[in-house]
Amino acid sequence: MAATEQTIKQVNTLGSSDYKYGFSTEVDEIRPPKGLNEEIIKFISAQKDEPEWMLEWRLNAFKVFNKLPKPQWAKLNIPEIDYQDCYYYSIPKSLKDKPKSLDEIDPEILKTYEKLGIPLKEQKMLSGIAVDAVFDSVSVATTYKKQLSDLGIVFCSISEAVKTHPELVKKYLGSVIPVSDHSFAALNSAVFTDGSFIYIPEGVRCPVELSTYFRINAMNTGQFERTLIIADKDSYVSYLEGCTAPMRDENQLHAANVELVALDNAEIKYSTVQNWYPGDKEGKGGIYNFVTKRGACRGKNSKISWTQVETGSAITWKYPSCILQGDNSKGEFYSVAITNNMQQADTGTKMIHIGKNTSSKIISKGISAGKANNTYRGLVNILSKAKNARNFTQCDSLLIGNQCGAHTVPYIESSNSDSMVEHEATTSKINEDQLFYCQQRGLNSEDAVGLIVNGFCKEVLQHLPMEFAVEAQKLVAISLEGSVG
Amino acid sequence: MLEIKNLHVSIEEKKIIKGLDLSINKGEVHALMGPNGSGKSTLSYVLSGKDKYEINDGTIDYNGKNLLELDVDERANEGLFLAFQYPMEIPGVQTSFFLKTAINSKRKYLGQSEMDALEFAKLMKSKAEELNISTEMLKRDLNVNYSGGEKKKQEILQMSMLSPKMAILDETDSGLDIDALRIVSEGVNKLRNSDNSFLVITHYQRLLNYIKPDFVHIIADGKIVKSGDYSLALELEEKGYEEISQTA
Ligand SMILES: Nc1ncnc2c1ncn2[C@@H]1O[C@H](COP(=O)(O)OP(=O)(O)OP(=O)(O)O)[C@@H](O)[C@H]1O
Ligand SMILES: [Mg+2]
Repeated sequence: MAATEQTIKQVNTLGSSDYKYGFSTEVDEIRPPKGLNEEIIKFISAQKDEPEWMLEWRLNAFKVFNKLPKPQWAKLNIPEIDYQDCYYYSIPKSLKDKPKSLDEIDPEILKTYEKLGIPLKEQKMLSGIAVDAVFDSVSVATTYKKQLSDLGIVFCSISEAVKTHPELVKKYLGSVIPVSDHSFAALNSAVFTDGSFIYIPEGVRCPVELSTYFRINAMNTGQFERTLIIADKDSYVSYLEGCTAPMRDENQLHAANVELVALDNAEIKYSTVQNWYPGDKEGKGGIYNFVTKRGACRGKNSKISWTQVETGSAITWKYPSCILQGDNSKGEFYSVAITNNMQQADTGTKMIHIGKNTSSKIISKGISAGKANNTYRGLVNILSKAKNARNFTQCDSLLIGNQCGAHTVPYIESSNSDSMVEHEATTSKINEDQLFYCQQRGLNSEDAVGLIVNGFCKEVLQHLPMEFAVEAQKLVAISLEGSVG
Repeated sequence: MLEIKNLHVSIEEKKIIKGLDLSINKGEVHALMGPNGSGKSTLSYVLSGKDKYEINDGTIDYNGKNLLELDVDERANEGLFLAFQYPMEIPGVQTSFFLKTAINSKRKYLGQSEMDALEFAKLMKSKAEELNISTEMLKRDLNVNYSGGEKKKQEILQMSMLSPKMAILDETDSGLDIDALRIVSEGVNKLRNSDNSFLVITHYQRLLNYIKPDFVHIIADGKIVKSGDYSLALELEEKGYEEISQTA
């Protein structure tokens, strides 16, 4: 389906007040009360018409969550999260509360959209006004629906997959990120709302880029996103996670779990452009983006490649990782992380080498401006059986101004003497002479910074699919606005 | 076009330009010659608006505007161009993309629409051919791993594509081989017309054989000590700075 049908379903629930589970609901909202407990989990599961086994799985995850210690933050300054003070099923407030016309939206947001080149109709959609426009945004899935299903490719929401492909979901869900992995993994497993499910059958090369552009955040259900992608033997898929819209909410928790599984000779390319609302200049508001993304290269010669452009969120805490189990498997991580004003980012990757001749490559570009802090934290772990494993890591940091910080924290653990690990790191300030040169050619200071920073990030941006690369370049420039004098 | 009066400039408390007067009219080519460290590049940076220079005294009028009040990019978009003595490398930025960005910045400033991609490609191709710059070169990152002479040619390509009103060439001839010197000079001469002006900074009279200046100025210790026509360059070649400055 599903994207369309799912959207229709969700739109329908928007219009009707739904009291059937006996929760006391404030007049204009369709939301269970705040708090985290078994009742809420049952409510979520029932809302989704889930089979019994799924509910059991969730409830078990909740038990695990209660037993796990809360994460200890390194380098991040995070206020304690009160789990009882959160909503866990955030169907948007009734349409009444939403801006009814473009005039009611903060002109700053509109300006950002304009600069991104997002047409007016999509601006409305992003701002949650014209919900019908959402139909267009899922056209990627629906346009190619016939073509995809002819190839046996499954691309639908995870909620739907639970019903239509229970055997695949049961087999793989939680197989890469165990429920007990850490506190957020358990929390997500208990209360996840939606996300994508992809299955590429043996020998199939997915002919189009699969994407969830706009979908999740437009419906405001993305706080506990769950995505599962399985590439069967000899298959290939490239998946894009869309540029999510800035949101005007208070500090809001986004704890996603994304699992990838690549079997023999399969390849998964996963790209993200993350642009959640970063909070204002003083650091008020913004998303806490705590994402667990992990890929398992289970089969021999399999490959998983993560590319991310992280420009949004008040706090980003994210380490897309690869478990290189299959012999000759490859993991790649290409990252641009930009922090401006009061933003904090702690991001990097983990490459766990288990199989023989496994190789990994890490290219990280961190840019800090304003009073922001940007940390690369990476782990390369080569286990004793990983004969002849290889890793290359390059971390470059660029500082704009005198009040920001960049930190590089590479952990390397090698239990194998024939493996080779290379690490290079640089930190530099943006070059005043380069800026002057560009300005002498007529670029204003913001365009000059954008140009130089885009050049700095090129090695990463060129790994994005074409359609995304242009947008990402604009985003890079926009997120640094106001960073120079 | 450009009228500099009694200019005094210092950097980090150090006085570098000490009472400089220079007047350049439309359609004129002026050559500026002087010993190392006499303040030639400093003058070019002050004219283009680089930070950190302190203007202690004097005025600069540019086409009826107070030049010192304009931002770097405003000056550029008002037609002031500096061919750098040491052009900057910009890693990750394709030369052709940089050229396009520069052209469109100017068009935006002038309230014009972006140049159409095809029109741009044609313009770049023809200008690059004139300067004997290969299209391969334009695909590389701007100035990165360019040879010294290639960087200088790149400056002239940018100049000819932006067709400035007032171009300052800071030792563009240094590092050019004999053929390149001729090609670059031809490029400059082609651009010359009754509406634009050039300030050519050089150490070598040879360049002035190709680009015939209307005036030649000699700068020493932050001041213009002697001005004349083309023959002054020949005289300088013969006698050297020491003697010329003394007879001034
Ligand atoms: N940032 C600075 N701090 C201190 N002194 C400086 C600075 N920049 C330039 N100077 C000095 O100012 C003087 C003039 O320098 P400038 O580069 O203008 O000389 P020039 O005439 O262009 O010389 P050349 O022919 O060698 O290119 C020199 O003595 C130089 O050392
Ligand atoms: Mg000089």
